[in-house]
Amino acid sequence: MDFMVFQYPMITVQACLDGILLGILFALIAYGMALQWGVMNIINIAQGDLVILGGYIAYFMYLYGIHPAWGVIVSPIIMYFVGIGIYKLVINKVVDRDLFISILATFGISILFMQLMNFAFGADVVLANSGYGTTFLFDNNVVLPNSKIFSAFVSIVFAICLVIYMKKSKLGRAIRATAQNARAAKILGVDTEKVYAATFGINAALCGVAGALISITFTIHPYMGLPYTIRSFMIVIVAGLGNLPGVALSGMGLGVFEEFADYILGTEFRIGSVFLLLVLILVYRRFKLSKKREYLK
Amino acid sequence: MINKNLIIYLSILIFGLIAPFIFPAFKVQLSILCVLIILAMTWNIQGGEMGYNSFGNILFYGLGMYLCASVQVGMFFPLAEWTESGGEKTFVHTPAQFFQGFGVGLAVAAVVPAIVAGLIGYSILGLRGHYFAICTLGLGVAAGEISGGIEIIGAGQGFTTPPFPNFGGLEARGEFFYFCSFISLVLTFIVVKSIYSTRFKLVLNAIRDNEDKAEAMGIQTMKYKIIGWMISAFFCGLAGGIMGGLVGYIDSTDVAFDGREMGVFMVLMAILGGKGTLWGPVIGASVFHIFKEGFWTFFLGWQYVALGVLIVVIVIYFPEGIMGWLREKYPERFGEVVDEADRKAQVELK
Repeated sequence: MDFMVFQYPMITVQACLDGILLGILFALIAYGMALQWGVMNIINIAQGDLVILGGYIAYFMYLYGIHPAWGVIVSPIIMYFVGIGIYKLVINKVVDRDLFISILATFGISILFMQLMNFAFGADVVLANSGYGTTFLFDNNVVLPNSKIFSAFVSIVFAICLVIYMKKSKLGRAIRATAQNARAAKILGVDTEKVYAATFGINAALCGVAGALISITFTIHPYMGLPYTIRSFMIVIVAGLGNLPGVALSGMGLGVFEEFADYILGTEFRIGSVFLLLVLILVYRRFKLSKKREYLK
Repeated sequence: MINKNLIIYLSILIFGLIAPFIFPAFKVQLSILCVLIILAMTWNIQGGEMGYNSFGNILFYGLGMYLCASVQVGMFFPLAEWTESGGEKTFVHTPAQFFQGFGVGLAVAAVVPAIVAGLIGYSILGLRGHYFAICTLGLGVAAGEISGGIEIIGAGQGFTTPPFPNFGGLEARGEFFYFCSFISLVLTFIVVKSIYSTRFKLVLNAIRDNEDKAEAMGIQTMKYKIIGWMISAFFCGLAGGIMGGLVGYIDSTDVAFDGREMGVFMVLMAILGGKGTLWGPVIGASVFHIFKEGFWTFFLGWQYVALGVLIVVIVIYFPEGIMGWLREKYPERFGEVVDEADRKAQVELK
C-alpha cells in the first residue's frame, strides 16, 4: 500500500489527468461495442484482440520507418476489412442465436487471434515510439506525454466524425433503423445483412484507431486483449446503450479509477481491480433492480 | 434378465480400476481425463441443467488447488518459508504427514469453495443470461490476477506442492493420484446421477426454461440456484485439489486460474458432449481429451489456434453436441415414442 496519493496533491492531479486521457480511449472502444451490441445484439469478446491487432499494424509501420501516427489512418482501413471478414465467416451465423452462443464463438475468435498474434509478432511487450516529447505542468510536478494528448484528441475527432456520419449518411440511418427494429427495417427495404456487416466493420475500424493510439501511448502485447473487452463492456453497462455522453463520462471515470488503483494498490493489482470493479458494478445494479423485482436485460 | 445398465456400469468400473495397470504409460493422462470429466459434469449442473452459463467455475477449481496445497504444507511447516524457498527441499514430508495433509487438504479444498459459492451466490445468481456469463468471467480473471499478487502463496513465482514421498524405492505416485481422481469421479457420478433422478433436477430445468414462470409457480428459485452452484463448486474444488497434487506446481494464471485453458475446456466439453444430459459431459470430455492430446503432441505451438477454431466450429455447427445428435438420429433409444406417420408428415412439411 502506498499512500503517496494523499501526501502529495500533485500526484492526484497527475492521476486524474492521466486517467481522463486514458478514459477517452476506452470510451472510443466502448462506443464500438455499444454500436454492435445495440444493432446486432452481440457481445464481442474479441473486441480487445481487435484493438491489439490494430496496434500491431501501427507498430509495424513504425518498424518500417513510417511515423506511427499514420497508423491512425491505415489501421482502421485494414481493420474494417478484417471485421467484414470475421462477420462473413463467423458472426453472421450467430447473429440471431442465443447470446451465450455469440459470447462463446467470439471467445473462440479471441483465443485464435491471441495465439496468431503471438506467432506473428512474438510475445514481447512493444510500443511504437512517436517521438512527441512531453509537456510539463505545475512547476514540472505533472508530466504529460504529448502522445497521450494527441491520442485523446484523435479519439474525440473520430468519435465526432462517426456521430455525424451516423446522423447524416444513408448507411448511418439504415444502421439506426436496424437497431430500432430489424424486422421493420427489413420490410422497408433495408438490407440488414449488409447493415450488420458494415456495423461490424465500423466497430473493427474503431478498434483499429484505438489500437494504433494505444501502441503510441502505452504498450501492446498479444495477451492484453481481454482487459480491453471487459473495460468496454463495463463502460457500456454503466452508460447504457445509445447514450454517448454517458459512454464518454464513464470511460473517463474508469480511467481515473484505474490510475488511482495503480497508485494505491500497486501495479500488480491493476488488471485485477478492473475485473473486480466489473463484478461489483453488476452486483450493485442487480440489487438496485431487484428492489423493483426486475433484472438486468 | 440381468439389468443392462448394471453391466455397463460394472464394466466401466472394472475397466477404471485396472486401467493404470494395463496402460501404465497413460496413468497421468487417465488421471487428467478423470478430472476433466468431473469438471464437465459439474459445469453441466448449472450450465446445462440450470441454464446459468458460467465462465467462472475456474474460480473454485483454482481456489481448491491453492487451498489443498496450502493446507498440506501449512499443517506441518511454515507456509511463507516454503513458498519463499521456491519448494526447495528444506522441508520434507514424511509419508504419514503427506497423506494426512493431502486428505485434510482435499476436504478443505472441496468445502471452502462450496461455502464461497454459497456466499457470493446470492449476489451473482441474481444476474441472468449474458450478464451472468460476463460477471463470472470477470470473477475468474480477477481471482487469477489477485492471487498472482499475494506473497504467501508464491505470488508470481508459483507454488511447488509437496513431492510424493518415496517408500523404499516404490514409485506409486501415478497410481495414487489416478485412484484419487478415479474415486472422486465415481463419487461425482453417483451424486450427479442421484440428483438427476430427483425433483431438484426438475426445478433446475424449470429455472432454465423460464425462471419467471418457475417463480410464479411458487418455487424459491434463488435457493435452488445457490444449492446447484454450491454442488458444482464442491466438486470443482475437489478436482482442483487433485490436479494441484498431480501437476506438482501451481501458478496463478497458468495453472490454477487458467481461464484460457481449463475455464474454457469445461464449457466446451459439456457443449461438445451435449448440454443437459447425464452422459454428454462424460463423452464430450473423453472425445475432447483424446483430440486435445493428439493436437497438443503433433501440432505443438498451434494448440491454441486449434482450440479457437474448435470452439467456433463446435458452437456454430454443433451446439446440440454428440448426445443431441444421437438423440435426433435414434430417438427410440432415448425412450421417445416415435410415430412414423407423424414423422413422415413433418419431413414432407419441411
